[in-house]
Amino acid sequence: MSTRLPTQGRLIDRSSTVKFTFNGKWMRGHAGDTLASALLANDQMLVGRSFKYHRPRGIVASGGEEPNALVNLGRHKRHEPNQRVTTTELFDKLEATSQNHWPSLEFDVGAVNAMVSRFLPAGFYYKTFMFPRAFWKHVFEPVIRQSAGLGAAPHPETRDPDRYEHFYAHVDMVIAGGGIAGLMAALASGRAGKRVLLVEQSAHWGGRAPVDGDVVDGQSAEDWVKNAVEELEKMENVSLRLRTQLSGVYDHGYALAYERIGDHAPSEESPRHRLWRIRAGRIVAATGAIERPLSFPGNDKPGVMLAGAVRDYIVNYGVTPGDRIVVVTNNDDGYRTALTAHAAGVAVACVVDPRPTADGDLPQQVRALNIPVRTGAAISKVKGLKRVVSVRVQAFAEDDGGYDEIPCDAVAMSGGWSPVVHLWSHCGGKLNWDEGQACFVPDTDRPPTNQNGEGYVTCIGAAAGGLQGAAAAKTVADRMSALGIATEEVPVQTANEALLAPVWVMPAYAGVKKRAKMWLDFQNDVKVSDVMLAAQEGYESVEHTKRYTTLGMATDQGKLSNINGLAVLAEALDKGIPQVGTTTFRPPYTPISMGAIAGEAKGALFQPLRRTPIHDWHEAQGAYMEPVGHWRRPYCFPRDGESHEDAVNREIDATRRSLGLLDASTLGKIIVKGPDAPKFMGMLYTNMMSSLKPGKCRYGLMCNENGFLMDDGVVVRLDEETFLCHTTSGGADTVHGWMEDWLQCEWWDWKVYTANVTEQWAQIAVVGPNARKLLEKLGGMDVSKDTLPFMQMAEGTLGGFDARVFRISFSGELSYEIAVPASQGRAFWDALHEAGAEWNATPYGTEALHVMRAEKGFIMIGDETDGTVIPQDLGLNWAISKKKEDFLGKRGQQRTFMASEDRWQLVGLETVDGSVLPDGSYCVADGKNANGQANVQGRVTSTYYSPTLARGISMGLVHKGPDRMGEVVEFNTVDGGRVKTKIVSPVFYDPEGEKQNV
Amino acid sequence: MSNAFSALQGVSDTGFAHVKEMGLVGMVTLKADLDAAITKKAVKSAIGEGIPAARGMSDGSKPDGVAWMAPDELLFLCKHEEAEGVVNALTKGMGDAHHLAVNVSDARAVFTIEARDVREVLGKLTPANLADLKPREIRRSRFAQVPAAFWMNSPNHATVICFRSVAQYMFDLLVTAAKEGAEVRYY
Amino acid sequence: MLTLTCPVCGVDACETELAAGGEAHLKRYGPGSSDDQFEEYMFMRPNVKGVHFERWRHAMGCGKWFLAARDTATLEVFGTYPAQTLEPPADILKAIKAKRPDWSLT
Repeated sequence: MSTRLPTQGRLIDRSSTVKFTFNGKWMRGHAGDTLASALLANDQMLVGRSFKYHRPRGIVASGGEEPNALVNLGRHKRHEPNQRVTTTELFDKLEATSQNHWPSLEFDVGAVNAMVSRFLPAGFYYKTFMFPRAFWKHVFEPVIRQSAGLGAAPHPETRDPDRYEHFYAHVDMVIAGGGIAGLMAALASGRAGKRVLLVEQSAHWGGRAPVDGDVVDGQSAEDWVKNAVEELEKMENVSLRLRTQLSGVYDHGYALAYERIGDHAPSEESPRHRLWRIRAGRIVAATGAIERPLSFPGNDKPGVMLAGAVRDYIVNYGVTPGDRIVVVTNNDDGYRTALTAHAAGVAVACVVDPRPTADGDLPQQVRALNIPVRTGAAISKVKGLKRVVSVRVQAFAEDDGGYDEIPCDAVAMSGGWSPVVHLWSHCGGKLNWDEGQACFVPDTDRPPTNQNGEGYVTCIGAAAGGLQGAAAAKTVADRMSALGIATEEVPVQTANEALLAPVWVMPAYAGVKKRAKMWLDFQNDVKVSDVMLAAQEGYESVEHTKRYTTLGMATDQGKLSNINGLAVLAEALDKGIPQVGTTTFRPPYTPISMGAIAGEAKGALFQPLRRTPIHDWHEAQGAYMEPVGHWRRPYCFPRDGESHEDAVNREIDATRRSLGLLDASTLGKIIVKGPDAPKFMGMLYTNMMSSLKPGKCRYGLMCNENGFLMDDGVVVRLDEETFLCHTTSGGADTVHGWMEDWLQCEWWDWKVYTANVTEQWAQIAVVGPNARKLLEKLGGMDVSKDTLPFMQMAEGTLGGFDARVFRISFSGELSYEIAVPASQGRAFWDALHEAGAEWNATPYGTEALHVMRAEKGFIMIGDETDGTVIPQDLGLNWAISKKKEDFLGKRGQQRTFMASEDRWQLVGLETVDGSVLPDGSYCVADGKNANGQANVQGRVTSTYYSPTLARGISMGLVHKGPDRMGEVVEFNTVDGGRVKTKIVSPVFYDPEGEKQNV
Repeated sequence: MSNAFSALQGVSDTGFAHVKEMGLVGMVTLKADLDAAITKKAVKSAIGEGIPAARGMSDGSKPDGVAWMAPDELLFLCKHEEAEGVVNALTKGMGDAHHLAVNVSDARAVFTIEARDVREVLGKLTPANLADLKPREIRRSRFAQVPAAFWMNSPNHATVICFRSVAQYMFDLLVTAAKEGAEVRYY
Repeated sequence: MLTLTCPVCGVDACETELAAGGEAHLKRYGPGSSDDQFEEYMFMRPNVKGVHFERWRHAMGCGKWFLAARDTATLEVFGTYPAQTLEPPADILKAIKAKRPDWSLT
């Protein structure tokens, strides 16, 4: 059984007890345990089920490469699926449940898949999608949907209660990995005065060396690490971060690191995760290596574990996965596990080594302990269902039928080590195949390159291919020195190791049946036989084979399976491994939380909301707000029990009869000033602007170079060389950017300055027959018809407020738009309400604004326009100067289709029955198009109920519409109906403009 | 004027840093040829300071100051009620020379941050390189999703300017970043 | 995630502080131009793989436009320069030539 040992456990505190639950059962561990070590200490070998066959799965690894042991953590709002037990630090009251099984972990119905596995071969999903099609829909999909998915998704209505944040850091060097190599590099860089950030994904410095008992610079690895960290902590220019993984390398020295602050100590106080957004001159990857499994039949059974992981559990946590272990290894390093286990008092049944001889230091030490070493041997079968009971050992190279059955409850396997080259590869660093060590190593001649065209990632230590202590130390000295950082080679003493024998399939001549039991990808259930089948079916590219078999597509992203899988593929294709190549390494290195990616951007901070100076008043009144760009504007102000519709109708009625007040502060306001301002305004607007007299207002149109209408608004000439351009609420920044683009990039010799003063002013529309009376009551300015006629502005003091008064109207009523400095906006709004009470001053929202402008036939950017509409389509020819040689969009409008009469053009629409046309409705024409859909000849652009006219009114673009006044056409409805509609003038209300011009 | 209010009316909050909206601050934008003698003279007469070097600002010894925003743009900081006076002085000083002087006091919100090291707060929100930012070097950048200009008066005092409409967003950002327990301990 | 040095204010800006503006050194064709010229101006972009001259605005910064010479495949930046230029300046061409000897301005 897997159990806690009386000795060892350098990372745990045996005096402490930490209680946690697994599938509802209370268990105990120690502070310092990972969930994995604590589960093993409680003999919980079975931790999950595989994805496809629902095979029993145990813990295989001790780090982020773990493919099997994924659990649901927490519950309710903090429920999170697919968490690796190997990287989950134990804390009190941790709750974990196993996943991917039904009804229980011990008894799983889906495991029947395994029995029919010959019907679920490689490419099963692919083949099933193809034919017969009906089978997929009616047979496979319902079953697969029932059992698919990894872990339980959080309930859609739950909200993550934790906080997350980002942090930007600019450094000379970020070093990923706090093992011996990373610490050496940090020391050298720190001493050289570089600004260094050293991150380590686990909770401990030192990496593997303390487990393997390396001697560094004459000290135990443990002591050397302690001293190194102490020295680094004293350096002002060096920052150290544990529980922080350099997850991804991106362009121009950008890197993301994922810090887990609260996972091991949940707290409301601190953020849970922090995403570091790093700009580094140099990224140093001291990311070590990952051990490869061996592909022997039954290698997926609980109790079969990586040899290095077995050592980790024994040394770090004082936990052994079994009482009697068989070690199977194709390299000398695997023998360390036998030595470690033996030293901890764990029986080692034998070491199985496919190599013909094994006479290095480590095998000899093992033999000296009277542990049987079987060279030229292989495991040909693993017995046991939910955990290992025994293994069969036979000759590796030939299958003569003879075997020994060796009882054991754990198997430690080592297929050699693969450098973790992910960070090198994320941005395009290339790899070479190292024949001797049978692994891919970074090709230093082909690094990823930065903005200067220079390499910016450096691999050192095991990640550089220095898989043994001294070789690793040499890479640190060589590569850091090559960066101009003086680095002495620190002597590292480890046992001499003989070369490994690349073994991709064990036994060598295993037949089809055995190969169908050799797992490559434990989570996705991809076996040696699947990859061979793919090759047989013609899949030659490793990328295609990956997608066909799903090899390496599990949540561990192929960390254990990819090299073994492509070696099998290479063998099946009779090619070399480097010719087959690797799949692409993509960030993040291991999954990072969505919360970390979002950072602070959640809840109120999800998106910036822009507020006018009167925003608080609107909210206090219970206004129903709608988004307009990033602004929130009141749609209407419903009173008690009033529907939105009723509120809108009331607001319009009050405004048209007496007095309405609108917060128009969001309107864009841009100053254009300079001797060349008139010329520039002439280019920006389709209208003639140079003829505008100071103090006068003019409605203007702005087009893009394609000729399409992009913004509109009232232009005011403040003086000879100064214009104030009003833009749409959503368009201010775009229009200002547009102006600056032309001024900076095309007409840079023109003397014009612009300033976006949108937010400097609160702007309030005072609208209705009593508007003038209200302003006169406030007093201070002459706002009479003669002094301040329609389309004119005046500056002065109104009721004690500094005001600019514009006599403009978007409603057809007598109307003044009054701008006061934003700081006075709220007080002015209050003053207008107080003084206007006698005329029932009514605040109105954007919907009332829309209805009133539609009643007047005024267009709205974004309703009547959609980026394909030219002003001529909207009957706005009067606003397009014929005299000007040029303006932005003029050439575009001269193109044949734009100049054609044959276009959809703006008209008013009145349903015969008075109903309101549906939004988005199309005007139906005779016949059908090639797709069998009704032909169309126009569409609705705005549609409202007009309380003023007590009927539906719409505006729309209809083919040659203005020529078809009075014609009755049909518009469609969502349910397929048709609405008879008369084409009329778009000006429904006060066509003579008598109301606004009083 | 008693009718005038800043966006958040001086609200403040204390986490591991103290965040405060400064209330009304006078601000004037001047766009002009900064190399021209007349501009130098106009600036001097308006506020008694010379034109700062690129990304620089006046030394902070007086409450009023001027900051370099772009090769053709300065930002003057003064008492709120004095902003119009600064505009008038600049307009007068510039005379017929091509320029644009405009009061932008009410278009902005201003915050101060006080902490052991303000970069612990700023670093969560802006991609600007804070390690190399000199005291009273003005940096125009973004804070999360909105544009902002900021400078450090000292390692433990920073000023941030943003648009008035997003004052609440900025305040919430700063307060969240400065929450007790969220210290990064990097700087 | 690119970094570009704004030649106007001198800041090393992160891509998130910048707004991309497409190909640089376009000649505007207005009224009086032929349909072909207008089409060329509005739509025809070579979309090169390799050395590219492009427009950027330091939008979350000094607000100024500038131009950059950049390799669209390797993302190597050869230099940034003011927007007020009709063609790539000599020092930029020299920097490109130094790194891409076979390249020429066509």
